[in-house]
Amino acid sequence: MDLFNLGIRSIFIDNMVFAYFLGMCSFLAVSKKVSTAIGLGAAVIFVLTVTVPVNWVLNEYVLKEGALSWVSDSLATIDLSFLRFIMFIAIIAAMVQLVEMIVEKFAPALYGALGIFLPLIAVNCAILGGSLFMAQRDYTLAESTVYGFGSGTGFCLAIVALAAIREKLKYSNVPNGLKGLGITMLLTGLMGMAFMSFMGIDL
Amino acid sequence: MSAETVENAIAKKPAEAFLSKRRKKLVSDPLVDENPITIQVLGICSALAVTTQMKPTLVMSISVIFVIVMSNLVISLMRNTIPSRVRIIVQLAVVATLVTLVSEVLKAFAYDMYKELSVFVGLIITNCIVMGRLEAFALGNKPYDSVLDGFGSALGYSWIILTVAFFRELWGSGAVFGIPIFEYVSGIFGPDFKLATNGLMVSPVGAFIILGLIIWVQRTKTGYVEH
Repeated sequence: MDLFNLGIRSIFIDNMVFAYFLGMCSFLAVSKKVSTAIGLGAAVIFVLTVTVPVNWVLNEYVLKEGALSWVSDSLATIDLSFLRFIMFIAIIAAMVQLVEMIVEKFAPALYGALGIFLPLIAVNCAILGGSLFMAQRDYTLAESTVYGFGSGTGFCLAIVALAAIREKLKYSNVPNGLKGLGITMLLTGLMGMAFMSFMGIDL
Repeated sequence: MSAETVENAIAKKPAEAFLSKRRKKLVSDPLVDENPITIQVLGICSALAVTTQMKPTLVMSISVIFVIVMSNLVISLMRNTIPSRVRIIVQLAVVATLVTLVSEVLKAFAYDMYKELSVFVGLIITNCIVMGRLEAFALGNKPYDSVLDGFGSALGYSWIILTVAFFRELWGSGAVFGIPIFEYVSGIFGPDFKLATNGLMVSPVGAFIILGLIIWVQRTKTGYVEH
């Protein structure tokens, strides 16, 4: 039940976009059409669900203070956590590359749909943010898997909803200076307000 | 005119002034006309989260200025030796190293600030402005020009997030840089005069709306229209 709570929390309450502003760049850039938004959202769910647990293993058995004690007792005092950023980003870049190759080989249809978005994801802050939050909050392996999946789903939900609004927005008469980025920021603010109502839920 | 002075004039011609017009433009363009946040839509990712107060925002700005300038310098120095196929990885490695430096320095000398910024220092790595400047400028230009270009972009980014932070702190907690302005004003007009703070400004929603309004004002002034 705890895991279920965590999943719900990471989708609605601690939403990547509305609570932590993560992944804003692609959130703003790829939300013009619902179909592409769904593609990116699916790719983010996929990559987050894979990279957060992998980074958990790396953090737990290599980087954390005393994590290397499984190799030998003399290494028990080593603290490599200052290498976290560079290792996490390397793992993410490598995983994205790997996922891309696997998907291309075994699911060409999915590859066609995700295609261009997969390489872009390596520099999406939501992915690195997910791993850093996981390390900061001391999740277990199961928790970090659920957290990765949940926060990816939250991102997907947000970007698809915004894309749906922006498709309708084409027919409105927006002031010149507000066109594009300006009105999108205001819209995101209003959507954030709606998501704030989830905060009252006590899980 | 003797032959020697003519030769001197020719020799001096290619050397550009330390702050020539073109170089000043490199710094000043990203401030308004080519602003990374409001015009190019880059680097919104890790910026908004720290803008609830002026102080962390200032620290964040300084960190970003450091990272962009240094990474531009390093990549520009290495630009002829990096194979283009692996350039993204090389850039990520350079940026991640610099960010690790920043984070270790903060941890050592300003631990409270380090706690407050938490994961957002690390997220400078994926700040699109850094990668954007490396890709678009540092890979094809000389070191000194790249440093100026990075400095300009970072300043353009900093003044926008500082403005957002100013309004959010003023209206959200009634203070600027931790100095309680609202209390001060109520003090002048007596106890019946109270300025109310707005909790919405402290929440993420306030950041989105204030940035949206700043973009509106800024784009109306520069006459930039997105289609």
